[in-house]
Amino acid sequence: MHFVIIGNGITGVTAAITARRLAPDARITLVAAESAHHYSRPALMYLYLGHLRYADVKPYEDWFWAENRLELVHAEATGVDTTARTVQLTTGQALDYDYLLLATGSVVRTASWPGQQLGGVQGFYGLPDLEKMSQATQGIRQAVVVGGGLIGVELAEMLHSRGIRVMWLVREPRYWQSVLPPEESALLAAHIRSYGIDLRLATELREILGDDQGRVRAVVTTAGQELPAEWVGLATGVQPNLALARAAGLETDLGILVNELLETSAPNVYAAGDCAQHRQPAPGEVAVEQLWYTGRMQGETVAHTICEQPTPYRRGQWFNSAKFFALEYQTYGRVPAQPAADTASFCWQHPTRKHLLRINFRRADHVVTGVNALGLRQRQPVWERWLGEQTPIGVVLAQLAVANFDAEFSRQHEPAIRREFARQFPDIVLPAPRRKGLLGAW
Amino acid sequence: MMNDLSAPSLGFSPPAAATPPGEKPVLAAVALGLLALVAAAADADASRARLTLYLAVALLSGGALGWAWLTFGRSAADWHPHDLWRRSSTSRGAVAWATGVALTGFYVVLYWFPWLLENLIRALDPASQWLRHRVADQWFLYGTFYTLAVLVLGVRALWKYRFSRYHLARTMSVMFFQLGFGFLLPGLLLALQRPEYYFTYFWPLKYDYLFPGTVAQLLHGGGLGVFMVFWGVVMSFVATPVLTYFFGKRWYCAWVCGCGGLAETAGDAYRHLSDKSRQAWRWEVRLIYPILGLITLLTALLWLGASGAVPALGVVTGPLGQFYGFVIGSVFSGIVGVGFYPLMGSRVWCRFGCPMAAYLGLLQKHFSRFRISTNGGQCISCGNCSNACEMGIDVKQYAQRGEPIVRAACVGCGLCATACPRGVLNLENGPRAGRLAGSTFIHADSLRIL
Ligand SMILES: Cc1cc2nc3c(=O)[nH]c(=O)nc-3n(C[C@H](O)[C@H](O)[C@H](O)COP(=O)(O)OP(=O)(O)OC[C@H]3O[C@@H](n4cnc5c(N)ncnc54)[C@H](O)[C@@H]3O)c2cc1C
Ligand code: SF4
Ligand code: SF4
Repeated sequence: MHFVIIGNGITGVTAAITARRLAPDARITLVAAESAHHYSRPALMYLYLGHLRYADVKPYEDWFWAENRLELVHAEATGVDTTARTVQLTTGQALDYDYLLLATGSVVRTASWPGQQLGGVQGFYGLPDLEKMSQATQGIRQAVVVGGGLIGVELAEMLHSRGIRVMWLVREPRYWQSVLPPEESALLAAHIRSYGIDLRLATELREILGDDQGRVRAVVTTAGQELPAEWVGLATGVQPNLALARAAGLETDLGILVNELLETSAPNVYAAGDCAQHRQPAPGEVAVEQLWYTGRMQGETVAHTICEQPTPYRRGQWFNSAKFFALEYQTYGRVPAQPAADTASFCWQHPTRKHLLRINFRRADHVVTGVNALGLRQRQPVWERWLGEQTPIGVVLAQLAVANFDAEFSRQHEPAIRREFARQFPDIVLPAPRRKGLLGAW
Repeated sequence: MMNDLSAPSLGFSPPAAATPPGEKPVLAAVALGLLALVAAAADADASRARLTLYLAVALLSGGALGWAWLTFGRSAADWHPHDLWRRSSTSRGAVAWATGVALTGFYVVLYWFPWLLENLIRALDPASQWLRHRVADQWFLYGTFYTLAVLVLGVRALWKYRFSRYHLARTMSVMFFQLGFGFLLPGLLLALQRPEYYFTYFWPLKYDYLFPGTVAQLLHGGGLGVFMVFWGVVMSFVATPVLTYFFGKRWYCAWVCGCGGLAETAGDAYRHLSDKSRQAWRWEVRLIYPILGLITLLTALLWLGASGAVPALGVVTGPLGQFYGFVIGSVFSGIVGVGFYPLMGSRVWCRFGCPMAAYLGLLQKHFSRFRISTNGGQCISCGNCSNACEMGIDVKQYAQRGEPIVRAACVGCGLCATACPRGVLNLENGPRAGRLAGSTFIHADSLRIL
């Protein structure tokens, strides 16, 4: 069997590694245009910050691939012949395949703003973007970031680390309001501003202005304000990379359309990760998932299917984590920006420090449905169990210390959290609490 | 085979960071301090050399503290190792090489040409008289510098890690043990005409504490000597296993040990330099366990020799003891161990040479409640944890596979957990059952990582 994978991101690589485990004799080839070896995309910012070197963000050392007989081809795939089962490469070669996986990831999405082609204006997705940004921001003093998502905050932090003044334009009136409830938004906005970032909420980009050399000089907001900028980062999202799928004549919509087994419309051709779109996402789940762990899960799932263990993709409990200028964010289960009518939302905030814990639960039976944590680390397996077992809020709060994943000697806030709960929900009686001890008796 | 990797890999190498202008005065103070130190060493006039030495210490400490404030005091209290790989001093650049050569040179002079330090040693006579009731020698000079480094750069570490109570506790602990047990108490013992003894060092690290000669000499010294032998035996063979069972080897390596203390304070800026490759790990295993074997063998042979059962043993134990003392005791632990900080990271000795680390490591790995747990499926393979690991453990290999980290080398410094931007890692002591169980969120793959 020859299993060809296009794309060496987390999805393609996980598929390759899983397939090697399941099919020790298979021939496995990874084709990748961007880099010879797999690297961690979420770690790109740390290269710019000077925390890490390129070698440090490669999840596997270079010997790993040859030792596990994973063939690497550093080239771009330009076409697929789904009847002859071949892939065309820019090198002129053609690869025969028995099974093909498209794990082509995403590309930067931009609206079409006037001036976005100017020098010093760019999106941020891969190594070439990093290189470009590194060159273009050398010695500059003023930059603008557009878009309030997770890549936006990374760009702001990167620029800030080089002493560059950052103006950050976010269209919504409150920070990341499509995802976060108001308290979290407010805490994060204040936190980001405490670093001197000029976070401008309810501000939209209208146009980018250039100088005679074709380089960016300023941006203009929809309010007509002109803001000076020597560099502009467009962080307004990514969209599935469909170039190859379209060339191959696969059915696509927002992404490459796949069923539960991650099969595309062509036989023996699969798609997974950022580039795939589920035809029928499970209730409450999105059709296009652009996350590291979902990429890993999809890669693993599809490898099972290809290695004759057909496995439908099931994501399980939602979780995510991020970091906003040293403030960690974790979420498990569902915590929508606006809780549904049948859901109660309990929120505790430390009076002076940056700690926040929100737990949502159903009003009728008190079963917890999701948690947000800022500046606190929560233990994922515990929350997974509580959410899966439909645990009532009382039990969760009584045992909250069990979910505490903070370092030893950290201050423990569980008693304060329970006091606050008793204040907000006096009608709900809590069982006696348990503590987290130094000897780890959880 | 279609292994076309000839196309240039993009990679990324960030531009070198310039020294911010604000930092130049403090760096100048450090440079002047070094100059004053050289001047003091060259000055035969004892009282003038003493003043120059005090000036040197003031400039070096002041400069180091000033630099610490400029680097960490002004920014928000959090983990931000910005520019570590962009600065010449911390990325094996010219400054790092110069520092390494200077440190190594100091050790060479200290061990083989101590008379070159005569003026500095004499300059410390009053201090030595005050503390130990006797004149200074090269080891007093060394102890003084060592303790100063731990204290001054310990303050830097307290500043840098002021957001984390774990690191504050750990740093204060190593500062306390170095000052109290590594410097003042041994001096006091000498002042009281007692044998010099370091209560925080035990066999096999301080190997000669259990040599028959040392034991006989201590026992000769009366009640305190008996206590010292008793203490040494209990700490080596009872307290070490018990404490390691509960807390892993960190109770010693990252909280008590003097070598660890220097690594956690003076070496903190270099922790990322330790090599994480499989090759380095193989060297580690090849070196550290044979060294533990060697010192165990040597101790056993010495006792056998002392028993008089095999009179011919002296032929072996003499040279073996000298070889060990020279190669391992001075060259490895001093010259390579500390001199190479700026090039190979802060724990070269702990990692490749220390028999105590090997002993503690075996206990930690096979007989302990300690592990670093990984939080579900959250790892993004960013590599920050591995980068922060001074023991050269490629932590992310475990984290990205969802496996708890149980490694003999881990000294429990906790920096991997601090460095992780996703809160994936946590140092924990817990029931041994399930200690090695991986996360159910990531299916373990069976492909080799080491
Ligand atoms: C800056 C940044 C930070 C992020 N941080 C996080 C985070 O903290 N947490 C999180 O969960 N997610 C994060 N993400 C999202 C996460 O990185 C992606 O969801 C994930 O990398 C997708 O993996 P993938 O393998 O599906 O695609 P990709 O990683 O995009 O890999 C696809 C690869 O395929 C190659 N390719 C495409 N077409 C071809 C072709 N025709 N021929 C050859 N090669 C081709 C591309 O060059 C690319 O290298 C971040 C993303 C970015 C950009
Ligand atoms: S694994 Fe973590 S705790 Fe252990 S030595 Fe390395 S950085 Fe320190
Ligand atoms: S620092 Fe955290 S997220 Fe990054 S590789 Fe290590 S464990 Fe994973």
